[in-house]
Amino acid sequence: MLGMWVFLVTEILFFGGLFLTYSVYRYWYPAAFAAASHEMIVWAGTLNTVVLITSSLTMALAVQAAHTGERRTLIVLLIATMALGCVFLGVKAFEYRTEFVERHIPGHGFQFEGAYARQAQIFFSLYFVMTGLHALHMIIGLGVMAVMLWWSWRGVITAQYSSPIEISGLYWHFVDIVWIFLFPLLYLVGRHVH
Amino acid sequence: MSTEHAGSRRAYYAVFLVLLACTYLTWQVAYFDLGPLNTLAALGIAIFKATLVVLFFMHARTSPRLTWLVVIAGVFWLLILMTLTATDYLTRTWR
Repeated sequence: MLGMWVFLVTEILFFGGLFLTYSVYRYWYPAAFAAASHEMIVWAGTLNTVVLITSSLTMALAVQAAHTGERRTLIVLLIATMALGCVFLGVKAFEYRTEFVERHIPGHGFQFEGAYARQAQIFFSLYFVMTGLHALHMIIGLGVMAVMLWWSWRGVITAQYSSPIEISGLYWHFVDIVWIFLFPLLYLVGRHVH
Repeated sequence: MSTEHAGSRRAYYAVFLVLLACTYLTWQVAYFDLGPLNTLAALGIAIFKATLVVLFFMHARTSPRLTWLVVIAGVFWLLILMTLTATDYLTRTWR
């Protein structure tokens, strides 16, 4: 258990470096960041926030069910958590596709209306790196949950041996926390500028 | 034992509802022009939500002191990273 907490601290600093980069560039180019953030699909980001918070609830309840040895409830809750994780990634894929169609992928084909094309590209680079790494964590989380589901199914997880579920839960909640910060910083910046 | 578990289930649902309310709040408040307060509100709400998740969903509230130490040390190092960088970038225009 403590090992996972220590790992999560390294993850805090890993994402912390990216949040730091974001902060510095946003401090330099506040208007460009507001304009670029305006292109984000707010309903998709909000929906995904709700989806992840709900998946954290089902995960917390799954840990509870593991502690009390309710195998069926545990399996149902793990499947629910994984399904919500897949919904999140589906919405994310839809967003990436939209950004692709609107030529917001940084690089040669990048296009952005208005005065801030160059700086907006920095915002979109950060957007794709931060949400991409977050999505990678989600995919790893889904893999971990698949193993947990398999173990629960086979009866490896019992009331006496429930710590794998709890440790996986810690990771899942951490990924949720990263999104709790990404959502306002990427989607809601400069929403009031219209 | 079972009443204790039922109690924490109720706590999970309560935390979940507060998290949803905070999401709605942070989304709505972003549409008002509050100047620098916009960022402060967004970060304040996010920190509050993250704290709820750590304390209740991740059971930090009932974890041993060593876990607390690890969590606080992690946040502390993040603050060092942010603060020392800010002392550079935020003061470059000072005369």
